[in-house]
Amino acid sequence: MAAKLILSWNGTVIKEYLLNKERMTIGRKSYNDIVIDNLAVSGEHAVVVTIMHDSFLEDTDSTNGLEVNGVPTKKHFLQNNDVIGIGKHKLKYINDHITQTTSADFEKTMVLRGSASSSPSSEGRVDTVKSTTMQNKPMTEEKAEKTGKFDALSAATSVKSAAVAQGGAGKTAVLQILTGSTAGRELELVKSLTTLGKPGFQVAVLTRRPQGFYITHVEGGQFPSVNGRALSNQAHQLNDHDVIELAGVKMEFYFRDGRG
Amino acid sequence: MKVENALEIVCQTHPGMVRSHNEDSVACEAAIGLVVLADGMGGYNAGEVASGITVSVLTTEVSQGLLQGSPTLHDQESGDENGVLLLRDNIQRANASIYHAAQSQSQYAGMGTTVVTGLFYDDRVVVAHVGDSRMYRLRGETMKLITQDHSLLREQVECGMLSAEEARLSKNKNLVTRAVGIDAKVEPEIGIYDVQIGDIYLFCSDGLNDMVEDEDIESTMYAMQGNLPLAVEQLIQMANDNGGRDNVSVILVKVKGGFAVPGQWLAKMLNWFKK
Repeated sequence: MAAKLILSWNGTVIKEYLLNKERMTIGRKSYNDIVIDNLAVSGEHAVVVTIMHDSFLEDTDSTNGLEVNGVPTKKHFLQNNDVIGIGKHKLKYINDHITQTTSADFEKTMVLRGSASSSPSSEGRVDTVKSTTMQNKPMTEEKAEKTGKFDALSAATSVKSAAVAQGGAGKTAVLQILTGSTAGRELELVKSLTTLGKPGFQVAVLTRRPQGFYITHVEGGQFPSVNGRALSNQAHQLNDHDVIELAGVKMEFYFRDGRG
Repeated sequence: MKVENALEIVCQTHPGMVRSHNEDSVACEAAIGLVVLADGMGGYNAGEVASGITVSVLTTEVSQGLLQGSPTLHDQESGDENGVLLLRDNIQRANASIYHAAQSQSQYAGMGTTVVTGLFYDDRVVVAHVGDSRMYRLRGETMKLITQDHSLLREQVECGMLSAEEARLSKNKNLVTRAVGIDAKVEPEIGIYDVQIGDIYLFCSDGLNDMVEDEDIESTMYAMQGNLPLAVEQLIQMANDNGGRDNVSVILVKVKGGFAVPGQWLAKMLNWFKK
């Protein structure tokens, strides 16, 4: 959850540092949070200030300066995968939150205090849990900035529509019944879950996942078979033209190209 | 039938695909028909602490409380049933201990948690919740949301600021208007529902219902009602396949038989005489 810095030298990882303090110092002297023992590094070289999910890098008047992604800089708002260069050492910034200033803040559950509670003014209504953590410090600037972020976020895009889109992959999966009274019937597997059989008696399900389609036995005395082989309790991935047999009915699973 | 034998309970929690640690806590006390699910929030590890406190306070205190008296007894003062009071009082107790921990230790400042908890007795379920953790019921082929989120979004929908469709697309889904441990006092919302044999109750954190459409949750519960452990796994897998942006916790409770408290009329009589 917390962001981290990965220290490396000539491509070899030396150590990982979690940014779990508001202020992490970087330098050669041993009292720094991140010690880089190299003469090219100043005693107190730089500092990383972390507020909520955002981290800021600042040069603390070092002799040799620092670079971010190859560009010399004094102050920098760190983005995921930024590489900080100090002499020959590199510090890679990793932030698990998908994005720092965009949706990530709002993927987290946060509390909005009601006006009945002790919140000081209506201006502070968008009050995250973490900001409460910081209330005892002079934080007016951060607060204002956060409110700004909130406004920028209101452009609505759907999490779910993206998830649906990735399921498509251009091909439609089809199940065709081969034997029995409904032989010849086709079923397009468009839903994320398709039930075969009757709940309470004999059930198997076909599930659509990003990796493909799977068949799983749910309940009933008979396990379905795929290409003549009985399934175990595990989900089984289906391949094009697999033949499934369930309770005496055979059906073929295949992918139909394109979509008319 | 004893509640222990009348219910099948399966619970599971998963950190999801994005978060490195799990701030949800769940507990199932099959012996007394109690399930608890809490979704914690707050810096560093404080979220886990808040949800953990809530779950352990509820499980231990409700078990203790049930040893002292039947959940069907009525409290003289408030007129509420013992079962209702046990949930309400202990959510408030958890609230107080989280609030005090947050006040006294700076690393816990601002921590809080949602909670949804169900106590099954006498062919009923009492559900108490705070925040946006939910309980759904599958009866026959239809799933219904029983709890109403304490969230900004639902309030906006209710007062007509947003349509249901806009709400579904909204980004700030996760702003809750009530939470355990944030203020000195909390008022849980409590409902009592009759259960029927064959009902399946789903308790979940928003990591499930934000990632998976209700329709898909419903069809999974219906199709997999004969195999609850598989159903729980499938629900979590669907949340993760759709991105798994949050911790996801799922509890399923299936009613396999009646569990009415025997001699209920006698207890009621005695209770009546006591007045």
